[in-house]
Formats: sequence, C-alpha cells, structure tokens
Amino acid sequence: MLRPVPVLLLAATAWITGAAPPAAAERLVTSLSEHRVMVTSSFNGSEVVLFGGIERDTGVLPLRGNYDVAVTVIGPRQDIVTFRKERMLGIWVNYESRVFENAPSYLAVLTNRPLEAITNAETLRRLQLGLDDFALPQRVDSASAADDVPSETFRNALVQLKDEHGLYRQEPNGVTFLTPALFRASIALPAEVPTGTYEIDVKLFLDGMMIARTPSALEIYKAGFEQFVTSSAQFHGVLYGLATSMMAILTGWFASVVFRRD
Amino acid sequence: MQIYLPIADLPVNIFLILGMGLAVGFISGMFGIGGGFLMTPLLIFLGVSPAVAVATVSSHIAASSCSGAISYWRRRTIDVPLASLLLAGGIVGTASGVWLFTMLRSIGQLDITIGLSYVLLLGVVGGLMVIESVRAIMRARQGKPVELRRPGSHTWIHGLPLKLRFKRSRIYVSVIPVVAIGYIIGFVGAVMGIGGGFLLVPMLIYILRVPTVTVIGTSMVLTLVTMASATVMHAATNHLVDAVLALVLMVGGVTGAQFGARAGHRISGERLRLLLGLLVLAVGIRFGLDLTLPPETLFSLRPVEGG
Repeated sequence: MLRPVPVLLLAATAWITGAAPPAAAERLVTSLSEHRVMVTSSFNGSEVVLFGGIERDTGVLPLRGNYDVAVTVIGPRQDIVTFRKERMLGIWVNYESRVFENAPSYLAVLTNRPLEAITNAETLRRLQLGLDDFALPQRVDSASAADDVPSETFRNALVQLKDEHGLYRQEPNGVTFLTPALFRASIALPAEVPTGTYEIDVKLFLDGMMIARTPSALEIYKAGFEQFVTSSAQFHGVLYGLATSMMAILTGWFASVVFRRD
Repeated sequence: MQIYLPIADLPVNIFLILGMGLAVGFISGMFGIGGGFLMTPLLIFLGVSPAVAVATVSSHIAASSCSGAISYWRRRTIDVPLASLLLAGGIVGTASGVWLFTMLRSIGQLDITIGLSYVLLLGVVGGLMVIESVRAIMRARQGKPVELRRPGSHTWIHGLPLKLRFKRSRIYVSVIPVVAIGYIIGFVGAVMGIGGGFLLVPMLIYILRVPTVTVIGTSMVLTLVTMASATVMHAATNHLVDAVLALVLMVGGVTGAQFGARAGHRISGERLRLLLGLLVLAVGIRFGLDLTLPPETLFSLRPVEGG
C-alpha cells in the first residue's frame, strides 16, 4: 500500500523534471571527425575529434555568458576483476579480488576547465561526471576469503592501472572553445583500445547548471585481415588451429630445405 | 615497424618479435630444445597475456622442432617405434593439460600456477643439470672416461612387465615408463607452454637409457606432434592462438635454430649441458624472484572472459 507522502513526492519530482526550466533554451549540435575507427594491422592508436556548436533556440537571442562543456566517452563495458596480491608462505599470490561489473573498458572525461570549477560536487555526483564520480559498481568475489580491505582501495587501483594504459583519462583542458559558441574536443584512443561501440555524452553547463546534453557514438572495429583472423579464431577454432599447425610444419620444412647442408 | 596482433589485441614492433624468435631459435638449435621455456616468459614480459603466450608458443615450438626433426630424419637418428609409444602417452597428456589450463583460467589461478611450475620445474631440472655436467667435466679433467650409459646398472624401471625391444636405440624396456614419460611431457607442455625438450632428453637418457645418438631426434618428433596438437586444442577450446604472432616467431625461430645448431657442434657435450643447465636455472630463479620479491604494485586487472 502506498502512503500519501511518497506519492506526493513522486508527483512533485515529476512536475519539476517534466517542466522545462525557462533557462534551457540552448541546443547542442555535435559531430565527429570519424564515426568508425578501423583497427588494421598497422593500427597504433588514433584520435577522433568532436566538434560542437551551441545554438539558442529562437536563433535571434544572443548567446549568454560563459559556457562549459564536458565530454564523456564510455567504451564497451565488461566485467573487470581487480586482484590484490598478498604474501602467503613467502610468495606473492592474488589473494583478494573485486569484480567491477559492467565497468567501461575505456573512459575519458574531457572538459574545458577543471570539473570543480564548472559545477559543484553535488551536481558532479548526481551526473556521475568525472573519474571520481563515475559509478563503478563492484562485488566481492566469493573466492577471496578475508575481506578487510576497503573497497575504495580496489576502485582507486582500477582507475590508476587503467590510467597508466591511457584507457581512463580525465583531461581538464581536453575541450577547446574556438569561438564562444563553437568548441572541439580531441578523443585520444591508445593502441590498446578494445573494439566495440563507444558512447559519447556531451554536456553543456552554464553557471554550474547543466542546460543541455546530447548523445553520440563511435565505433571501433577490426577490419580486413585482422577481422578475418579474429573471427576465424573465434568461430572456427579447430580449423584455425589446424591451419596454424600446418603453417608451423611448413615453416619448419621450408627452413630445413633452405638451410640444408648435407 | 609496428604490427597489430589480432588475438593478443596489442601492437608490437615486428623486428623486436623477429629478433626474439632469432635469439630463442639460436639457443634452441644449439641445445636441441624447443625454447618454449624462454619464449613464453619473454612474451609475457612484452605484455602478451600469459594465456595467449602459452597457446601461441606451442605453434612456434612445433615449427622449430619440425625443422629439427626433418634434419635428424635425414640422418636416420629417429627411433620411430619409441617415438610413437611416447606419442601415445603424449597426446593424452596434452589433452589433460589443455583441460587443466582451461579450468585454471576460469578460476583465475592460471598465472600463479604457470609461475610456480616454472620455478619448481626449471629450478629442479636446471640445478640437476648443472650438478651433473660439472661432475662430468670434473671427471673428464681427471682423465676418467666419460660414461653416460651404464648397461649394467638396472633400476626398478627395468623390472616392469610388457617389455619391448627398440632396435635403433638398442634398448629393451617396458612400455609403461615410456608411455608415462610421454604423458608427463604432453601434460606439462600444454599447461606451461613449453615443448618439454629440456625435460624429455634427460628423462630418456637417465630413466630409459636411450643412447645420445637417437635421443634428440626422437624427442623432436615427440615435441613436434604434441605441440602441433596442443596448438589445435588450444585454438579449439580457448581461442587464444595468435597466428600473426606465431608466424613472426616461427620465421625468426627456425632461422636462428640453424645458426645455433652450427654453434652447438663446436662445444663439447658436458659444456653444452652446463650452459643449458645454467640458463634453465636462471629463468627459474627469475620467476622465483617475481613471486617472492614485493611487487611494484599490489594490484592487477583482468577482464572476465566470456562474462
């Protein structure tokens, strides 16, 4: 049975979110330099540039104040285990672990100035904006026995290790305003980026308030020979193995012919 | 020149990989071994995941043992019946090794198992080889004849039933230890990504008393078949064999092996065994240090595969 208070609250929330605040008259228009990034045998990382423009609805009203832009790029999600080593019987073994469920394999947060200068901590938390506030739900792996390490340690380790590979990045000057209403952000994709669909979320702030947001997407895919090898390994394992073995035998035979001395 | 490895999902310098293939190939040709125990750790060090490294190296070893086996075949120093019996055990061993590999990978304990088995196996085998070869060198210095094969000294192994005569090796032993040795080599090879030549050769010499003439050729045939089937099995179950990486390694490996074999002919047998023993021991110690020294970072990440 629903009590009246929550119902009222629910109604109130619906009313607040449903009615567009009069300030939200801006629109965001974005475009990517490439929507599809090919991973070929010479792939060594890439860079995709996002261009964006800010428009005012009526078209005649002048643009207001100083806008701030935050671009979040989220790579394909996967479960990631973080192990923590511990010394047991003199050797270091993976002892405790946390599984980060549906964690992004790639995460970039690009802004035109530091996040804390754009808006307050409360808003950052609510919007899950920035590496510190991005939700990374974790579960304690049942295999690990003791559990006396705070979960925050594992989260920090995940973010730091990903950061070392350039896969999690926060760039407070990643967005550049070309004119007050036109900006560009360059999304750096290191060589290790996983393939898949990357969600892009562009948020526009004015005086610490989010006034517009627009989604976009980017696809990274293997092409040509790389794609052929990957799919054959995945879907025709036995044939692929036989072919690799044959290749080994031929290479060995070839060498014995080329270098034959007797 | 960078090349992107499709299965390892990582770009590498093609010349670095080729150079590694050459160097390991040189050593493998010199000592008549596959060199997997060197190649797998090198790949892991480069950033290839241990699982991909183990699976891929098996095809590399197949290539280098194939070129070796062909040249020994020409010299007629392969004991075919002995090799086929070893193989019978080897195939079963490889299958159970691949099964254990898959199982350990799913519970997240593959790396530590690979690490620990390297330390144990390489430490023990390397240590024994060093001791044995130093003794042999000392005996040679003192002017005593070097005698590896002592026909009179029979152990309990020679008392087992189901005896068979192997003509080319001129031995008369039970099939039980032969199949058992094949099984162990196949099993260890599939789990650790090694051909097992450095294990098999001493086993054949000391346990079965196979003469040195036929031992290397016969061991190469076994290595070739177990590693080729390990490649197929790893590809079929774990989908982790990187054909591009394998090809580059193979080309370097078979070339290096030819030069290594020439260099090996100039060194006496005991010295060669001492060098190999030291090398095996060094790799074992390296793995031991990795396990015992405080690591730089306590944390490591791994995507949950298939999840």
